[in-house]
Amino acid sequence: MMGIVQTGLHQLAAATLWFPLKPTAASSIAENVDLLYYFLTALTLFFTALIFGTIFVFMIKYRRRTPDEIPPDTKTHMALELTWTIIPTLICVVIFVWASWLYVRNSVPPASATEMFVVGKQWMWHIQHPEGVREINELHVPVGTPIKLTMTSEDVIHDFYIPVFRVKHDVTPGRYSSIWFEATEKGTYHLFCAQYCGTDHAEMIGWVYVMSPQEYANWLAMSAGTPSMAQDGERLFNQLGCASCHAADNSGRGPSLVGIYGTEQRMKSGDLKLVDETFVRQSIVNPNSIALPNYAPIMPTFQGQVSEEQVLQLIAYVKSLAGEERTSNSK
Amino acid sequence: MSTATLDIHAHDAPLPSGERKNYLNVDHSVKSWLLTYDHKRIAILYLISITLMFFVGGLFAVLMRVHLIEPQGFLVAPENYNKLFTMHGVIMVFSFLVPSIPATLGNFLVPMMIGARDLAFPKLNLMSWYIYVIGAAFTLYSVISGGVDTGWTFYTPYSSSFAHTQVVPTAIGVFITGFSSILTGLNFIVTIHKMRAPGLNWFRLPLFIWAMYATSVIFILGTPVIAVTMFLLGLERLLHIGIFDPAIGGDPILFQHLFWFYSHPAVYIMILPGMGVMSELITAFSRKRIFGYTFVAFSSLAIAVISFLVWGHHMFVTGQSVYAGLIFSVLSFLVAIPSAIKVFNWTATLYKGSISYEAPMLYALGFIGLFTMGGLTGLFLASLATDVHLNGTYFIVAHFHYIMVGGAVMAYLGGLHFWWPKITGRLYPDAWARFAALVIFVGFNLTFFPQFVLGYLGMPRRYAVYPLEFQTLNVMSSAGASILGIGYLIPLIYLIWSFKYGPSAGPNPWGAKGLEWTTPSPPPTENFPTIPVVTEQAYDYAQTTGMVEHG
Repeated sequence: MMGIVQTGLHQLAAATLWFPLKPTAASSIAENVDLLYYFLTALTLFFTALIFGTIFVFMIKYRRRTPDEIPPDTKTHMALELTWTIIPTLICVVIFVWASWLYVRNSVPPASATEMFVVGKQWMWHIQHPEGVREINELHVPVGTPIKLTMTSEDVIHDFYIPVFRVKHDVTPGRYSSIWFEATEKGTYHLFCAQYCGTDHAEMIGWVYVMSPQEYANWLAMSAGTPSMAQDGERLFNQLGCASCHAADNSGRGPSLVGIYGTEQRMKSGDLKLVDETFVRQSIVNPNSIALPNYAPIMPTFQGQVSEEQVLQLIAYVKSLAGEERTSNSK
Repeated sequence: MSTATLDIHAHDAPLPSGERKNYLNVDHSVKSWLLTYDHKRIAILYLISITLMFFVGGLFAVLMRVHLIEPQGFLVAPENYNKLFTMHGVIMVFSFLVPSIPATLGNFLVPMMIGARDLAFPKLNLMSWYIYVIGAAFTLYSVISGGVDTGWTFYTPYSSSFAHTQVVPTAIGVFITGFSSILTGLNFIVTIHKMRAPGLNWFRLPLFIWAMYATSVIFILGTPVIAVTMFLLGLERLLHIGIFDPAIGGDPILFQHLFWFYSHPAVYIMILPGMGVMSELITAFSRKRIFGYTFVAFSSLAIAVISFLVWGHHMFVTGQSVYAGLIFSVLSFLVAIPSAIKVFNWTATLYKGSISYEAPMLYALGFIGLFTMGGLTGLFLASLATDVHLNGTYFIVAHFHYIMVGGAVMAYLGGLHFWWPKITGRLYPDAWARFAALVIFVGFNLTFFPQFVLGYLGMPRRYAVYPLEFQTLNVMSSAGASILGIGYLIPLIYLIWSFKYGPSAGPNPWGAKGLEWTTPSPPPTENFPTIPVVTEQAYDYAQTTGMVEHG
């Protein structure tokens, strides 16, 4: 049914119009979102036609015939009032349940998703693959593989938007957000910033290249020898002197970071906190906000000394210290 | 007090020229206008001010649409385009739409419709106009001194730490203008509670009064929040106190919560008065009692209440929790129901009526159509799954222009045409007025309908340049904007003309019900020589009072 509608729309677009009516659907969720969109469009057309049609009929049928005509009074009709209160309410319930079900389902990335990292910066997108390959304003992804993007901003709020995937999320400084998608159609697609971010907001655009898994592997291989994100992080960890306090054998002035990622740690206040991306980032840029029992609050802040990309690399390194079994259950 | 307390009998005497004395010709001095406590004169002062702001804001819109004819931009550099859309939004929202119907038609009509001689606090009313002018002056100053480029939403930390434009003067303008809204709201609430004519109980009130009442509640409860938000923004920008910028310990999402806590209800500040005007126009031009009076009246209050609980639907893609998203989504659907009820009741009012098609009615019918589309496309945005795709695109732009321009501005123009004979005592050329209504309707749809498609195709809003494939739809939209622009100039010309040369209107040219139509046009300064006693229901065209129960 949906296929027929879509084919029909495509043909319509190709045959009679010089602009398309719908964007390409290139992700696993796109067609489901479109189906809801079509339903809402049909509903809008129906009620608009109903109201316009009724008004039009009344306009003709009940036009004033003599200047001093006084029409008879009409009493308020309770059953009618209830009808047009209850029916729209029921329709809204249906839409709400449908839309929310889709949204909830679309918002949870599969556990197997490959994680990539995005940093928005006036006015460009920095992207790093776990293998270490970096791109600017381009994102290469394999078709048929769930990809999870962990995103943050170096400066103002941006928004990562790939219309053909029907995914969008704000990219906010000081916190991590994530989206996921599974591309279903090979091709080259727009990547937009959808949150106004200053002068060149409209130039903060790029391309998403959806490739076959083989092409993607070849593309990655072109950058063979690039250190992985975790290796980048390890180098930074040593360069910044983190290792002198956070010694692996717990002999330093700070806690060892081996095996802590993805675990819950007890704070001085007695609360348990999950060690996730946000926690590690906070520990780096605002260490005094995290009070641990048995450790003095002596760590200096690294805010301003490390870029958001470097923070992500450090996180990747801390993650890699967690051991194999913990890397995938961070969320 | 001297002008507020009136010697009624003095007004019985005609002027030396033989003209009857009215609020316009009672004194022609500039001082008598600038220091007037007469709600009708203050309404005129507001009318002139907001008309000026409307055309300034409209000029920016025209420049934007001209710029967007070419994918690479036709007219200005990106930073100037960003200023154009920001100043268009700031001026249209804060200096035009928010005060539009309440401060002009509301000011003029609230006392007249309830049989009072003025608002409860005439001096406060004059003060609110001066506050408005000072606020608007700050806004215009920021335009002249280089402009502001944050978007009318002022999102942090861009506005607080990154923008190099006139953010603070603009924020001060918004801050100050807000107080004029608060004073107007306060004045209306007290007036409607305390100054209704004998016999005019709540369920005999015209629905315009119910709408003004609901709007006033939002004015009073919501506006202080935007004032606080602008104040905090100024603090962070000037003194670098970390409130919203995470680099100095703030939270940018907090700003969005505060901003939309006012700015979503503000959408209803803009549309509720329009709904009130609609109820007056539909009944007058079909000579029918409104269908479902109590449903229409209470739906205004329901909208005012629920409007405070839906702000989170602006933040579905900010990282708000899934549960918060679900709650804001369901509440957003809920706020659609009272609007739907109103549309159905207006349509049903036409049933078996005696419908005539003077210009105000054409605006009213245009409103119903455009508001219906604006409302229904809101469902796409209340739906979580589709909002993710449509948020931040031209779909949003189209949706809220259908409500704000297709709805609020159409209702404002309809109301202005309806009460113009009462306000000025003059008739305008109806054929021109009908023609203008048609031009505006066509121009509006051509401007904004293509933007729905653009949004679904994925074109983000606030883009100074755009990919080539979006050009056709953008050119259509720009073509529509030029028609719309002309449509707005036509009434400006014939209304000004009619003020001087229009034929005399007489007290009630439409044969409409309502206390305001029982007075001469233009009304005398004191409105009613003797306070009327109300024995009728509102809109009782069939003269059935005494037999009909409410609702």
